[in-house]
Amino acid sequence: MAREETPVALSKAPAGGAPTPTRWWRSKAAKRFRRNPLAITGAILVAAFAVVALFAPQLSEPGRTCLRDLGATAATMNDINDPTKGLFWRSIFASPEACYTMPRASYSPIPESPSEAFPLGTTSNGYDIAYGLVWGARTAFQIGLIIVGISIVLGLLVGGLAGFFGGWVDEVLMRFTDVVIAFPSLVLAIVIVTILGQTLTNVIVAISLVAWPNYARVIRGEILKLKTLDYVESARALGGRGLRIFSRHIFPNTLAPLVVVASLDMGSVVLTAAALSFLGLGPPVGYADWGQMVNFARNWILGPPGDPLAYWYTSVYPGMAILVFVLGWNLLGDALRDALDPRDA
Amino acid sequence: MFAYIVRRLLFIPFVFIGVTVMIVLLMQLLSPAQRAAAFVSSDAQLKNLDAIIEQYGLDEPFHVQYASWVGEALQGNLGFSTASSEPVATTIRKRLPASAELALVSLIPVIGLGIWLGTLAALNRDRAIDQITRVGAIVGWSLPNFVLGIWLLVLFYGGLGDVLRDFAGGAFRLEPGRVSTEVAIQIANGTFPIRTNFLLIDSLLAGRPDVFWDALRHLILPVITLAATSSALIMRVMRSSLLETLSQDYVRTARAKGLRDQIVHFKHARRNALIPVITLAGFTLIFLLNGVVITETVFNYPGLGRWFASAAVALDYPAIMGFTVLTAFIVVVGNLLVDVLYAIVDPRIRYG
Repeated sequence: MAREETPVALSKAPAGGAPTPTRWWRSKAAKRFRRNPLAITGAILVAAFAVVALFAPQLSEPGRTCLRDLGATAATMNDINDPTKGLFWRSIFASPEACYTMPRASYSPIPESPSEAFPLGTTSNGYDIAYGLVWGARTAFQIGLIIVGISIVLGLLVGGLAGFFGGWVDEVLMRFTDVVIAFPSLVLAIVIVTILGQTLTNVIVAISLVAWPNYARVIRGEILKLKTLDYVESARALGGRGLRIFSRHIFPNTLAPLVVVASLDMGSVVLTAAALSFLGLGPPVGYADWGQMVNFARNWILGPPGDPLAYWYTSVYPGMAILVFVLGWNLLGDALRDALDPRDA
Repeated sequence: MFAYIVRRLLFIPFVFIGVTVMIVLLMQLLSPAQRAAAFVSSDAQLKNLDAIIEQYGLDEPFHVQYASWVGEALQGNLGFSTASSEPVATTIRKRLPASAELALVSLIPVIGLGIWLGTLAALNRDRAIDQITRVGAIVGWSLPNFVLGIWLLVLFYGGLGDVLRDFAGGAFRLEPGRVSTEVAIQIANGTFPIRTNFLLIDSLLAGRPDVFWDALRHLILPVITLAATSSALIMRVMRSSLLETLSQDYVRTARAKGLRDQIVHFKHARRNALIPVITLAGFTLIFLLNGVVITETVFNYPGLGRWFASAAVALDYPAIMGFTVLTAFIVVVGNLLVDVLYAIVDPRIRYG
């Protein structure tokens, strides 16, 4: 294999000597990122969603069961907005399951248009759309981060073993990876969810099982590239053992490409989860989840005679939420790739 | 070339065995009684599930079950689908043409639009048109097909529905389904003969332009939905591939010879730039399967995708399994075709 110089390895200061410390925000990559308007847009979108997800309890009025499970009464209810009170922190970091259920304005199957009490209206069965969007951001982040986390671990395991041992181990693991990658991911995820049972946990398991091959490939590729570099060879010559070389010298240098894949994946993973919910294979009915809300909207494509667009809010708001969330991550991931990969700059 | 194809063909059975083993293995997570449902088609049979488990050896060890599953599948018996109330093999045979028609028609805008816009963006690098198409591609790539489909229906079936119904006698109505009610009645009572179940072909064979237009009109919105994501992808790959080719030495040589831009761009650069795009287009057809499941569900289009989606919700395991095996088959054959195509367009592969 040809000895390629990797931009990633170069960004680290060489060991020994007295390297001038370059702060990461002054690096060329960071400059390229800052100068790209699409990158800034993506970062702002993702940050905005993160704020909404984190402060969901403050941004929406919690339902009765949610407050009860938080241990709040009508008298202490306003403490939820007061950072000096325990309830504020409990609602953010230990929100009970009940808070993820959208409160219902009524039990009417017919949506209600936006009003004072429900600024974005209600969808089928009286579910509050605004509440669903805000807590849906939390659901999206949770699903995305957990799945990407699991996929990275699986990818490290498979890609790491394949790249490090090579030979038949590599051959077997990578052919298996090829098969999983070749299979349409949504179809495979649907099959796994139907076999394991329809719960949010199983949705996460199913998507993780179809999302890891990308990471395995990236990690294997980086390892093969890094293995031949002088500094890794010298670490080996100094008597470094496999795991130590991997964790000290190789893994830190796979981080940059890993971050790119992960941020592009955050969008597509949440999209797959939303697609499963849309098909009715996601979390239970009433769970704050954008895909499910788009599924509700399917019944309200046609308004009453004479007013065909009467129920536009049932499909426009949840659809926009998914689109903008995925767009934010894709812009961010794209910009990171451009910034970290000087070839294309 | 011939040896190359033969080598690839020999590889197919191995991949297929691998995939089916994986699927049957996954199915082992279900209880024998759940899997016995595959063979139940009447109430009487439902009463002796134990007899069925015994008869088909559903509690036997894995390798025995795999062998018997392959045996049944080779005879065309894939079980009974409760979602469509008929044998799985029958449903696949009936619905495959509808889905294939949708996917193949979608491939036209995917490839055409993708290559055209990608070329346009690359040749106008960093100018306004490049920026616009690039942002458009990222938005298109981020737009979930189920959201796009529903928005299109809200807009054209809901909002503009009344207008389109009155305009030109309803010739431009856009609505869910595969055909309008009038044509559906003609198909049901045999006035319109179904030969291949590709309606676009059947209508031409029967000399019925009205049915051809009816079927085509029903494909418009689903095709837009299905094609949006993939054409964005092809466009991006086309752009970066053409940019890379344009920076090659042989292109500079061609320019230095004094050739016109037109010839350099389209004869020298684009031909080579198309190589990765052609491969990607092959894979796109496989990945349209994901979109087909969603799009057919949104538009009530009577194809395999909608059947699979409803089977998944109803836990109709024989149908799920049948669709998965079919998908595996498409993946394997699709990959082979991509490889062969790749060898045809890129001589370096053939002789490498």
